Amino acid sequence: MIEILLFATIKAGTPLLFATLGAILMERSGVINLGVEGLMLVGALTGFAAAHTADSLFIGVIAAFFAAMAAGAIHGFICVYLRGNQIVSGLSLTMFGIGITSLFGRSFVGLTIAGFSKVEIPVLSKIPYIGQAIFNQDVLVYFSIILVAAMHIFLYRTKTGLYLRSVGENPGAADTSGINVGLYRMSAVLVGSGLAGIGGAYLSLAYTPFWVENMTAGRGWIAVALVIFAQWNSTRAMAGAYLFGGINAVQLRMQAMGTSLSPHLLMMLPYLFTIAVLVMATLRLEKGSTPEPEALGTAYDREDRK
Amino acid sequence: MEALLKVESVVKTFPGVKALDGVCLNVYQGEIHTLLGENGAGKSTLMNVLNGLYSPDSGNLLINGQPYIFRSPKDSIKAGIGMVHQHFMLVYNHTVFENILLAVSDLPFWLDKKKLRIRIKEIVDRFGLSIDLDEPIRKLSIGQQQWVELIKLLIRDCKVLILDEPTAVLTPQESDRLFGFLKRFKEEGRSVIFISHKMREVMELSDRVTVLKKGTTVKELARGEFDENVLAGLMIGTDEIPVWEREKKQFTENVLTIEHLFADKEKNMSDLIDFSLELRKGEILGIAGVAGNGQKTLAEVLTGLKPPVSGKIFADGKDITNADSRKAYIAGIAHVPEDRKSMGIAPEMTVDENLILKSYKEKPFRKFIFQNFKAIKENAEKQIADFAIKAGPKGTPIRLLSGGNIQKVIIARELSMRPSVLVALYPTRGLDMGSAEYVHKVIMDARKDNMSTIVISEDLDELLKLSDRIAVMFRGRITGIVDPEHTSREEIGLLMSGETVQ
Ligand SMILES: Nc1ncnc2c1ncn2[C@@H]1O[C@H](COP(=O)(O)OP(=O)(O)OP(=O)(O)O)[C@@H](O)[C@H]1O
Ligand SMILES: [Mg+2]
Repeated sequence: MIEILLFATIKAGTPLLFATLGAILMERSGVINLGVEGLMLVGALTGFAAAHTADSLFIGVIAAFFAAMAAGAIHGFICVYLRGNQIVSGLSLTMFGIGITSLFGRSFVGLTIAGFSKVEIPVLSKIPYIGQAIFNQDVLVYFSIILVAAMHIFLYRTKTGLYLRSVGENPGAADTSGINVGLYRMSAVLVGSGLAGIGGAYLSLAYTPFWVENMTAGRGWIAVALVIFAQWNSTRAMAGAYLFGGINAVQLRMQAMGTSLSPHLLMMLPYLFTIAVLVMATLRLEKGSTPEPEALGTAYDREDRK
Repeated sequence: MEALLKVESVVKTFPGVKALDGVCLNVYQGEIHTLLGENGAGKSTLMNVLNGLYSPDSGNLLINGQPYIFRSPKDSIKAGIGMVHQHFMLVYNHTVFENILLAVSDLPFWLDKKKLRIRIKEIVDRFGLSIDLDEPIRKLSIGQQQWVELIKLLIRDCKVLILDEPTAVLTPQESDRLFGFLKRFKEEGRSVIFISHKMREVMELSDRVTVLKKGTTVKELARGEFDENVLAGLMIGTDEIPVWEREKKQFTENVLTIEHLFADKEKNMSDLIDFSLELRKGEILGIAGVAGNGQKTLAEVLTGLKPPVSGKIFADGKDITNADSRKAYIAGIAHVPEDRKSMGIAPEMTVDENLILKSYKEKPFRKFIFQNFKAIKENAEKQIADFAIKAGPKGTPIRLLSGGNIQKVIIARELSMRPSVLVALYPTRGLDMGSAEYVHKVIMDARKDNMSTIVISEDLDELLKLSDRIAVMFRGRITGIVDPEHTSREEIGLLMSGETVQ
């Protein structure tokens, strides 16, 4: 029983994890992206369509990455080079994603593909209780876990990571140190958007291997919230994504067992929980410190005085 | 000899302001070149052009006779120019270590923190600083932040070093140490562009002085062609540094009595230990001491920003330590804070609004539930004229003003409240000579009207000139109170280092 729940938890948490990691990368550079929901949808549809057409899941994932990247490029260009309002641009991106995927997705509704299958990792999968749940998953799950570690190492152990964080904190300081603020921000938005796209593709290629309109069902917004809960930190993002996934799994299980609780109430649980955790996470902060990148949401103009 | 760095008739305009209007500058190799000019003359703007931050509308920039166009600070760094900005370029949430790494030119892709730490530690030690590398910048005092900026500059291998008012937030001792480094760099054949409003420093350091006014070069003087009077003349327009007499006064009443005050300790900041002091009505009490010995805490306790741990504060004989009346009383205490950018202003609001930030609820600035815009505007016009504030076009947010002009706005606002007590930390920090002189005059005039002032400063000249009494602070206590007419710099210096005379 625990094994099944844990398995479902990880599966439900993985699309969120990808999207959250992508959003963290962008926000670390100082760009807020409220278009994650739209990017996930673009990724989900493109991934499904490419995988179906080319009959290759791998091509599906790659296509999802680049399609979301292209969509994210619009946001990046507006925010970084035109110094537009990041909130407005992000919201439009979400609406754009919803619209365009429901338009082009119609012909893919009802089709099926063989989704990602489990890959059992020898030895580790034999660990009692958790072995099967963690080490008998599909490759994207493993990839997401590697990504968590990779992101942490990137941000705190490499020069590029240090520069990226500086750009998000104080672009003026970065600029006067000879760092190309625009390039860093744009690159972060591109890669981050691509990751959000993979998050979407996980839904249509692994979680439920088919496409339906609006299949992300608000997960992009949860990812945006999880970034704050995770305090812009990739390992905490994993905890957050799995927490949400876990409650989702329990909630589904309860529905399946037929409790007397209203299913609507049950479906609200993961969202309520996320909000509660978010509030607690902010309460616990050390006075005067904030994990939020200081320049988050602001455009950088070299000739402006701060 | 040809100039190493040559600026030819550079023009730079901002919306509504012509900050540089054909400015010229010649910096030769191996010299310390001082830029002098009143607040808003365009010194920082010119330096930002050299730093690649601002791109000029027109004009030329030559290095070794070669024309250069900087598209970004990166180009400027490549050309061998390094700069410490008047308003620091630091990442406040990052540690000192991480901030210094930004200035390391050959930083490897994989950060081997242990190895880098040793390297950075060595550098910090070489400059004789005691800064914890793991402390985030936001927890450092302004003086320490300035040193981090200086380290960032000094570890770069620059041909030209630009320092925009570095000494404004340093103690005199620290400034001397900095000058030691600068002189050494000069001997190594590097050039230094130095900005300061303090005559003593300008005289000590400069090989050459360029005076700016309203974005143009009015004079270039080599060593030997200038002395204090010449420069003062160029700066304030009179040939003599004005000397004025302070009228003698008898003080009878106390406005504030502080008894056995203890205030809590913050990191790196001395608290107040058993601190007692009396402030008399109409007097100017100077507080001397090296920054970080409790002056800031004292100001914060007096202005109600920080509650004392124990001890008593009496106003006109009434205990107001914890009384409700304290709030009302504090309302009559004006405060010129240490850090003008983070505490003194609302950066996005206009100059007019910043001038009534504390009195917006009072007449005549309020009409029922509305603001009286006419009164606000008139008030602003008056203050801007009196203090000669360069405020730019109407509606300019205050953050766009030059450093000294922001300081003037704060002082104008605090004094316009007609406070009974003024607590001023480093009131003339960053002000040009004329403006500093004017602020001194305003404080003296208010003294005639019986305002009491506590001036916290490290500038002994300022304290000796203004104060009726000078109290010297060391590690949260007063080591002595002296009469400025019967004391010497040496005596104050001794008290500042903790010796108790008397
Ligand atoms: N980024 C900017 N945007 C708009 N106006 C600016 C900007 N930078 C400078 N200015 C304006 O240009 C003028 C010159 O400012 P600058 O900072 O160069 O003066 P300064 O000589 O350094 O004065 P201070 O001694 O007070 O530091 C001021 O009127 C200022 O308001
Ligand atoms: Mg300046």
